[in-house]
Amino acid sequence: MKIMLVDDSRTIRNIQKNVLKQLGYEDIVEAEDGVIALAKFAETSPDLCLVDWNMPNMDGITLIRKIRETNKTVPLIMCTTEAEKTRVIEAIKAGVNNYIVKPFTVESLGEKINQTLSKAGAGA
Amino acid sequence: MNVRFINPFIASICNTLETMCATKVTIGKPSLKGDNDGSTDVSGVIGFSGDAAGSLVLHFSFDVASAIASKFAGCEITQDHEDFSDAIGELANMVAGAAKAQFEGLNVSISLPNVVVGKGHNVTSSKGEKRVIIPCETEVGNFMVEVGMIIKKASESRQAVAATGA
Repeated sequence: MKIMLVDDSRTIRNIQKNVLKQLGYEDIVEAEDGVIALAKFAETSPDLCLVDWNMPNMDGITLIRKIRETNKTVPLIMCTTEAEKTRVIEAIKAGVNNYIVKPFTVESLGEKINQTLSKAGAGA
Repeated sequence: MNVRFINPFIASICNTLETMCATKVTIGKPSLKGDNDGSTDVSGVIGFSGDAAGSLVLHFSFDVASAIASKFAGCEITQDHEDFSDAIGELANMVAGAAKAQFEGLNVSISLPNVVVGKGHNVTSSKGEKRVIIPCETEVGNFMVEVGMIIKKASESRQAVAATGA
């Protein structure tokens, strides 16, 4: 199970990485913006992506749309400070499977990841 | 500075620090920023644009910034750590995002965070608008949140017209 973390904050990626390791996921790919993420997505074919919204070079919503042009099934979770209903709807329309609003607790992040993976029929 | 923005920032500061840093914040009495207020060592800055515009600045001393960044990251983050600015910037981002979600009826975007580090620096607004300082007290020390927001009116005036049936 390979998981890609896309966030311009290394602190957030480290927090997410620690949660994933506690859940038993060790194979982690990191990207600090949408452009790098798109290239790494093609190279590494992750089984799940956690994507921030506001990032330099290419934002998360654009990344989600670009991934969905070629891959309709990979589970995508938006993890962002954008909490308004209109943003959540926009993300769902773009193709996300789940949505986590920052600030988040470690427990809620773990729950959303497990929930998304079990809906997609996969596990650690 | 429109006072309707103060409570969303107070709520988002408390929620962000409690959730991400396990740190309870006691809020002091907000006041208008004076010429001698706001001298600080570390500032996390976020801009707002759209129906409301302005900025949020989190002001810390080096010690308090390090303590809060360490609690946030879950490991020791001193001021010379490579993730020091990143952690402060992300905290500012979360506070701004959570506050923005409470700006009802306004379509507002936030900028990417910027972090200024330097002993005793000052962050000023080029527009000269009135800004509010919100004092924050925690178990690891005190810090200040500075907010300056103005409504650009677009959505709000449309909503007001709709509500009155005009």
